[in-house]
Amino acid sequence: MRSLLPVLTVLGILVAIWYLAVAPMNLRGVLDQAERAGATVIPEGSVARRDVHIWSLILDNRGHVAAVYDMKRPRLPTPVQVGGELWKTTGEMAMKGRAWSKRSLIYHGWITLQSTLLGFLLGTTVGIIGAVAITYSRVADMSLMPWAIISQTIPIVALAPMIIVVSNQVGIEGRTLPKAIISAYLCFFPVLVSMVKGLRSPRLSQLNLLRTYSATSAQSFLKLRLPASVPYLFTALKVGIAAALVGTIVGELPTGAISGLGARILIGDQFGNSLAIWSALFSAAILAGVLVTALDLAQRGVLKYMGMRV
Amino acid sequence: MIWLVGAILFWAAAWAINVWLANSRMSDTRAVTVLVPVIFGLSLIALWEGIVRAFNVPPVILPSPTMVAATFISSADILWQDFRQTVVKGAFRGFMIGACAAFLTAIAIDRSVFLTRGLLPIGNFVAALPIVGIAPILVNWFGFDWQSKAAVVVVMVFFPILVNTVQGLRETDAMQRALLCTYAAGYLQTLLKLRLPAAMPFIFNGLKIAATLALIGAIVAEYFGSPIRGMGFRISTGVGSLSIDLVWAEIVVAALVGTAFYGLVAWIEKRITFWHPSQRDRASRYLIQHGREP
Repeated sequence: MRSLLPVLTVLGILVAIWYLAVAPMNLRGVLDQAERAGATVIPEGSVARRDVHIWSLILDNRGHVAAVYDMKRPRLPTPVQVGGELWKTTGEMAMKGRAWSKRSLIYHGWITLQSTLLGFLLGTTVGIIGAVAITYSRVADMSLMPWAIISQTIPIVALAPMIIVVSNQVGIEGRTLPKAIISAYLCFFPVLVSMVKGLRSPRLSQLNLLRTYSATSAQSFLKLRLPASVPYLFTALKVGIAAALVGTIVGELPTGAISGLGARILIGDQFGNSLAIWSALFSAAILAGVLVTALDLAQRGVLKYMGMRV
Repeated sequence: MIWLVGAILFWAAAWAINVWLANSRMSDTRAVTVLVPVIFGLSLIALWEGIVRAFNVPPVILPSPTMVAATFISSADILWQDFRQTVVKGAFRGFMIGACAAFLTAIAIDRSVFLTRGLLPIGNFVAALPIVGIAPILVNWFGFDWQSKAAVVVVMVFFPILVNTVQGLRETDAMQRALLCTYAAGYLQTLLKLRLPAAMPFIFNGLKIAATLALIGAIVAEYFGSPIRGMGFRISTGVGSLSIDLVWAEIVVAALVGTAFYGLVAWIEKRITFWHPSQRDRASRYLIQHGREP
């Protein structure tokens, strides 16, 4: 809680910058509208205005500046407009009992959440299995690890449209699975790296101690290596779920999807509805925050239960 | 069928060689550490080729590696043009602008403990967000050419580098700063001689994350509109017109560029942070990886 005040201050600064940016971003559009409505604008004609610097436009047309904060289709909406749109498409629709309507962000968020969780599960499983293989087999360590690193330098987005087209042709119905594969691709790497670190974290003396107890290698895995890796695992899971969400949204963006938060961004772009884009972006951010917080709470609970320092 | 059996045999043989190499006495030599993953990669490509040929997979679903290689060579001029548009103009310029902006912001913010405390949690949170989503907005603001791609890259690389730099600048302990104080070193001298060098491992960590993000940003932004060249443009139109071999050739380019870019940053890091424990000789690096102090 010590950092609450600084965080709020920085947030305040960011919002202030945002508000200041709204006027120069939107003014030209406002002036065009005002001129069509018959108001006097200096200079006249949008072509003539194109050569005038934005700051002198603001100075010359001070009467119109207030209108930039209340445009219907702004280039840059204000935080209040975004918040209003967000409420309109979530809370307000939920209160009317239309939470699962196709226009509600709750519905689209749910679609995105499904693939995110599926991809997260897939990626985490692959990551943990890979880490166990790498810890116990020197060949796996030497041959898999470099490729795991290289796989993350390959931009998965290049593959995203293709994964979806191919899985369509192979006969996989729906988009949940292909999107989840993209999520899993982004999510497995942090889990793999952290789990390798975690499984190797017991000291040699600890491993030797178990050997003096004549523990089998399965026993020393279950009783020493696995518990020792739990703190590492949770740190990785928090990174991994955020990566899985990014993966799902990337999977929805370029591929003509019709539901999901990424699809809302895409559709908002096609219809020139910037408010829809911004509200979808913010609900993705909120979703990421909720998921990471949930894992953080789980981490605290589990580590406390295991008697580790949180 | 002969193709499938051959590919599986090749894969098994490669795996056997790798097992032998990894357990032999030479397993710590540099040649073997490079050779083992290369053999593994080759065996995967052979498996891919064998499966495509054995089951007659149509090229619109999955072209064989030889076909991709042939397309790569025959359309080298298209690939080169796309590379220049997306990587050199979009990703690289955006990366440079974003890295410089993040670095300068970090230095500026670092002077205030209050702002640093507020910025770190926010920056960490923003760095985890799906920022690629702003691509359509920025394409709308900055037009179809490379400027909008560079803008997306700037926003994507900014926060990881900022957070890591700020974190790195806090790395020195009071004793070290007090020592420089006894030398009567000013703010600038302390920054240049102590705090920036100490922050370098963190800064490079951020740069490495950003290196992979830069390419993603530049490619995604092209899905939302671009002049008729660029890797993202070629991929999205290639998928539409079912010229999947060309798409795979672009993916190969993307993979090569991504790996090379990352490798370049890692190479520079090695030159600059040679003093850091993780970069010292192989033996101590091994010990650190396995959780022990050298």
